[in-house]
Amino acid sequence: MPLLEARDVYGGYGGMNILNGVNMTIEADEVGVIVGPNGAGKSTMLKAVFGLLTVSQGEILLRGEPIHNLPPNKLVQKGMGFVPQEKNVFPSLTVKENLEMGAFLKPGNVKRMLKKVYEFFPPLYDKRHQPAGELSGGQRQMVAMGRALMAEPEILLLDEPTAGLSPLYMNEIFERVKEINAAGVGILMVEQNAKQALAIADKGFVLAAGQNRFTDTGAALLADPEVAKSFLGG
Amino acid sequence: MNELVFFINNVLIAGSVSGSIYAIGAVGVTLVFSIMRFAHFAHADMMTFGAFMVLLLTLAFPGVGGVVGLPTPVVMLPLAIALTALLAVGIDRAFYKPLRAHGVKPIVLVIGSLGVTLMLQGLIRLFAGTGAQNLYLAGERKEIYRIALPIEGVRAPIVITEPQIILFVLTVTAVVGLHLFLNRSRLGKAMRAMSDNPDLARASGINTNTIVAVTWVIAGGLAAIAGTLLSLDVTFKPDLSFFLLLPIFAAAIVGGVGHPYGAIAGGFVVGFAETLAVFNWSVLLRPFRDSLPEWLAQAGNLAFVGTEYKIVVPFFILVAILVWRPTGIFKGKVI
Repeated sequence: MPLLEARDVYGGYGGMNILNGVNMTIEADEVGVIVGPNGAGKSTMLKAVFGLLTVSQGEILLRGEPIHNLPPNKLVQKGMGFVPQEKNVFPSLTVKENLEMGAFLKPGNVKRMLKKVYEFFPPLYDKRHQPAGELSGGQRQMVAMGRALMAEPEILLLDEPTAGLSPLYMNEIFERVKEINAAGVGILMVEQNAKQALAIADKGFVLAAGQNRFTDTGAALLADPEVAKSFLGG
Repeated sequence: MNELVFFINNVLIAGSVSGSIYAIGAVGVTLVFSIMRFAHFAHADMMTFGAFMVLLLTLAFPGVGGVVGLPTPVVMLPLAIALTALLAVGIDRAFYKPLRAHGVKPIVLVIGSLGVTLMLQGLIRLFAGTGAQNLYLAGERKEIYRIALPIEGVRAPIVITEPQIILFVLTVTAVVGLHLFLNRSRLGKAMRAMSDNPDLARASGINTNTIVAVTWVIAGGLAAIAGTLLSLDVTFKPDLSFFLLLPIFAAAIVGGVGHPYGAIAGGFVVGFAETLAVFNWSVLLRPFRDSLPEWLAQAGNLAFVGTEYKIVVPFFILVAILVWRPTGIFKGKVI
């Protein structure tokens, strides 16, 4: 049974559909990457999966169980973690408090998971008593991902985790995503840096105008001349 | 030295009393703002409601205080806190929650809270009448402590009343308790998280409805403390707290809206500004009378404003802060 499956999903804001029948399947332990031009509905799809957007048609299944239109806190309970692209930390809370909030529903996890998150992101340990609002963009992204990991999700949704980061941090984040995945967490992420993202993707979904244009393994999409020409800038 | 005692009695103690009450009130206002992003105008009447509950309970069980050696109203306070917290949650469920569910603009909630103000005031008048009532009933009376200073030539004692001492103790307890709650407890941290970023709080699995309810419990409980201690210090009146609305909001804004520590600081700033503004400084000048110019030495009343204009002081502070430092002493959430 796939970890996450989207079947012919339609949805949008205020009656206007942005998603016009998106299909996606991610097995456990896979990295799925959504790429595509601006306005293709990439982030919208991620939000639909996390219940931040009404799905008007189609269904989304987590381990075979329908989850579309469930509120986010229910989805966290069911093992889904979400890292928004912007405003993804609590600026006045310390790094440690930010992480603790991620385990709000599983307070028993805090000690064990804090240790694990600090192992994934060693810079956070040194800054644990600093307000997250004082950190650099890359460190904030680490806090945001760490926060989502605290609930021990089965699948982690990342919305453009490398947006606005320097190349150095970008590589670092991609490395961490691989490691998190290797630790047994399924990943579904939206990325602007399509080439780098597809390079680590087990599955790639190229969206355009709210529909699947190409769906294949990351390597196959990178090798496909048509994908390269239209979506990866040659 | 007598002049110094006069200063302690009329500025230090009086300022701390109003400062404490404003601070406790302003914390509630600021917490409600930081979680629900609207100015809750019915807050002052929740204070009156708390005092009203104490009045009812004291009437129902007179003389209970004698058993434990405290004034009966003070013994009834915990129960009144619980009832007022319940009222606050109930008001939210009945009036504000449906509005939030419709996704209205904050100003609609503000106007809704004005309606709640009128309703609460009417309700209290209906049962308590319009006149002033003493919370000390059935032979109990306000203890007044006169502490004579063991210094030669000092005749005037420092005067402090029992409710004032209880007020100071409860203020310190409330502030310390709130600090521990916000920084140590899971719910308190979640409350700060929601104030920072409600969407992310939801995405973290924090049940925002619970946080809203907890906020009302704290705001209501604190309001009951402030209202009751104020009524003990003076007397209970249905419109007693309503006139505190301006200084309380001034305190919350001075401190930085949405910032609990700011609200506490703001409360004391406004409280002391008020008492200093109406304080008759000529008393302090008396010892130096011989070396002062005649116009100053002869002046009978050197207060900045008359007592009857006390209410303009917070108003002036409010205007000044909004002009020079709109985010308040601590950087609050910009309105």
